[in-house]
Amino acid sequence: MSEHARARGARFNPHRWANPGRFARLAERAVPPLAWVTAALLLVGLVGGLVLAPPDFRQGMSVKIIYVHVPSAWLGLFAYVSVAAASAAALVWRHPLADIAAHAASPVGAAFTALALATGSLWGKPMWGAWWVWDARLTSMLVLLFLYLGHIALKGAFDDPAHGRTASAILAVVGVVNVPIIKFSVDWWNTLHQTASVSRLDSPAMPMSMLWPLLVMAVGFTTFFVTVVLVRMRAGLLEARIQALRTARLRREDA
Amino acid sequence: MSDVLAMGGYAVYVWPAYGLTLAVMGGLALASWRRLRARERELRALGGEPRRARRREDA
Repeated sequence: MSEHARARGARFNPHRWANPGRFARLAERAVPPLAWVTAALLLVGLVGGLVLAPPDFRQGMSVKIIYVHVPSAWLGLFAYVSVAAASAAALVWRHPLADIAAHAASPVGAAFTALALATGSLWGKPMWGAWWVWDARLTSMLVLLFLYLGHIALKGAFDDPAHGRTASAILAVVGVVNVPIIKFSVDWWNTLHQTASVSRLDSPAMPMSMLWPLLVMAVGFTTFFVTVVLVRMRAGLLEARIQALRTARLRREDA
Repeated sequence: MSDVLAMGGYAVYVWPAYGLTLAVMGGLALASWRRLRARERELRALGGEPRRARRREDA
């Protein structure tokens, strides 16, 4: 193999990137620029959404809630798919980094799911006349929040931490069936919740002046998620080292 | 400016939504950062220097 081909092979070898030490250093370098990009996106999205975008012709200024509600809900779903994918990888390849990623991401996803429910409630009260209704979209989002809480709680629910990790990973993978249910809930059932208005890209159901701040906010929320998860994964890697050091020390004392 | 603050009469719904979002995102960022710093301190106290240890693992 030529020197060049070997370098290329190394670059595309996933195991190289999955090396925990290398990953920790990459994450450390990636966090500051990601944080700046996130701050800039959120600032631009906020100005675009709160100041520049027009009020809705039927919902008036209450529509401004869309710029935090929809990105939170999207991120709640995106984070769940990430947790499920990392959990599947942890179950199949037993790579410690996948497990750390799943548990770094799930509290963040839970927070954004709760935020989507709370901001939706604040939007529902003036528009529907109720803080909460047991409607398909709202109920399936509530189930998503419970799946997150189950994933977080199961990890510590066994004497053997390995059992907790396996149980929570299985829950996360099985719970992924809820994701298409949430997505299509507004089409499958009669619901108060409005149907998709952005993903119909051929004819989006909102003017460009409302659409661009929403998309900028959604990208900003996503980079926020990546940044925070990288910080939490670094902490998770250190936790694993601390645990290993403590175990080694205890063994030495026993001997 | 006062038009934006009044939110066409929906200020009591719109601003709490933004306030909650700020609180959740700020809280997540701060808590995650402080947790990382706490683990780094813990590891140093145990005699494992985080930076050097990582480099050794990588070799």
